Amino acid sequence: MEEIQKNELKNIALRIRRDIIEQVYNAKSGHPGGSLSIADIITYLYFKEMNIDPSNPKDPDRDRLVLSKGHSCPALYAALAERGYFSTEILKTFRKLDSFLQGHPDMKNTPGVDMSSGSLGQGISAACGIALAGKLDKKNYRVYAILGDGEIEEGQVWEAFMFASHYCLSNLCVIIDRNGLQIDGKCKDVMSSEPLEDKMQAFGFDVKVIDAHDFDDIESAFNTAKNTTDRPTAIIANSVKGKGVSFMENVVSWHGTAPNEQQYEQAMSELKEVR
Amino acid sequence: MLKEATRESYGKALAEFAEKYDLYVLDADLSEATKTKIFAQKYPERFIDCGIAEANMVSVAAGLAASGKTVFASSFAMFLAGRAFEQVRNSIGYPHLNVKLGATHAGLSVGEDGATHQCNEDIALMRTIPGMVVLNPADPVEARLAVKAAIEHDGPVYLRFGRMPIEQILPDDYKFEIGKGTVLKDGTDVAVIATGLMVGEALKAAEMLEQKSISAAVINISSIKPLDKKLILEYSIRCGALVTSEEHSIIGGLGSAVCEAVSEAAPCPVIRHGVEDMFGKSGAAQKVLDYYKLNAEGIVQKVLEAVSLKK
Ligand SMILES: Cc1ncc(C[n+]2csc(CCOP(=O)(O)OP(=O)(O)O)c2C)c(N)n1
Ligand SMILES: [Mg+2]
Repeated sequence: MEEIQKNELKNIALRIRRDIIEQVYNAKSGHPGGSLSIADIITYLYFKEMNIDPSNPKDPDRDRLVLSKGHSCPALYAALAERGYFSTEILKTFRKLDSFLQGHPDMKNTPGVDMSSGSLGQGISAACGIALAGKLDKKNYRVYAILGDGEIEEGQVWEAFMFASHYCLSNLCVIIDRNGLQIDGKCKDVMSSEPLEDKMQAFGFDVKVIDAHDFDDIESAFNTAKNTTDRPTAIIANSVKGKGVSFMENVVSWHGTAPNEQQYEQAMSELKEVR
Repeated sequence: MLKEATRESYGKALAEFAEKYDLYVLDADLSEATKTKIFAQKYPERFIDCGIAEANMVSVAAGLAASGKTVFASSFAMFLAGRAFEQVRNSIGYPHLNVKLGATHAGLSVGEDGATHQCNEDIALMRTIPGMVVLNPADPVEARLAVKAAIEHDGPVYLRFGRMPIEQILPDDYKFEIGKGTVLKDGTDVAVIATGLMVGEALKAAEMLEQKSISAAVINISSIKPLDKKLILEYSIRCGALVTSEEHSIIGGLGSAVCEAVSEAAPCPVIRHGVEDMFGKSGAAQKVLDYYKLNAEGIVQKVLEAVSLKK
């Protein structure tokens, strides 16, 4: 990828990270850690990869994204706002009474949200349904589903993986945000799902392991996925929970905690533009 | 007086009673939130984290109980009663195993997480399972006693706890018994039958009603199943009008249980106060409760309706 474009994406990702911190800080609740870990991938999807039109969010031919790890919606809301689905001002209402930016994604009321989620493990199944509908209707859209590495402990996720490869859902691209942490601690201590590459391969996926914060890696994985026509793709994205805010990085307690004023100031000062 | 969330009382009670009773506690990656962490820190060898896999956890709990252990399995009400309903019914309910389901974050007072996490259906679901005891304590004192009663009861018990800190309303020497309701305030014109955090609101409502010269009894029904039918029928006959109040859907919960009881034996008008047939939404817990009128004012309104229906 060219440097100019990479810097542009990096700057968008920084804005999205700032928006994430703003939302969680204003709401005094929400999930910064897992939102920050997917910020670069969300940026790439909404600003480079997906075939979407913010002025026509229900376009039947659009690409879809299902945020199966729905608690990370501050990242999604930020991307939608920055991409022009709604004003960035609305981000201030996140998690407040009568906002359409609910604590977990609500497809009925939020422009650009393709599927409601929040109960872990269900989004991936819905993504399979959307991908299957695309095949049935002979449409060319692609479906992206982002899951957490804790979320994949749900049995339903593996039912969905089985379904995806059984029905050859090559239009489905699963992204597993492998940040190594869940709520009660490290995934390897709470409930290990490793070796993940082997499991995904055994379940019939084309598997790519990438650095979730490297745009070259992200681009090449998505490009390969588009050219894979005989099976679904799984991108295992090695990420850092809390990425970009030094004191949140790899710290389990930042899963679902809002920063206080001082922490907010520090986080914002760390998320400055690159040139 | 104590002010704490009943989930906190739950975690503390587990750690307290584990000294005397050989308890095993399971959680599904929410021990920080359900407060089973308090137990886990004291008794790590009797705490089993099952990861984010509630359905598996429930049936694993059944297996441990089938091997003679007293087991608590915990998660949010949504994922325990909701997601794992069929596992609860078939792995625990049908074989009548000694599993206690510690469900926290019930109802709208979950607050900011919003509708996907606000479980207003769990009482309805759990109540339909034969042999399941359903307990919904009104305050921190009762939450602790309900945990003790659940341990001493042989068979499945569903315990419902909240996320939001609430005031102690019951005396320190309160007596709790499965299947028994308690009259907290007597009255003659109407009886407000409340459960969970609505009991405190019902007491406030009764005071507001005094100003309007309406004498309202307040009854705490923390044991939703088995239900204290005798007490409810007594007040149906004495007052001639009932209002039920719960932080749960008006469909299938305490309101329905009371209607079922009185309609078969001593019918009178019953107005159900609770979450109407709709989903919750995000917001600070108290704001959400007020938005849905789950407060003393909401109860007063329903009482006025009930009284106007009296013959
Ligand atoms: C079915 C279900 N169980 C439990 C939860 C509560 N919960 C929310 S996030 C989370 C941990 C998720 O960990 P992971 O998938 O690794 O997310 P990330 O690290 O990316 O934030 C849990 C247990 C939930 N939302 N849904
Ligand atoms: Mg994780």
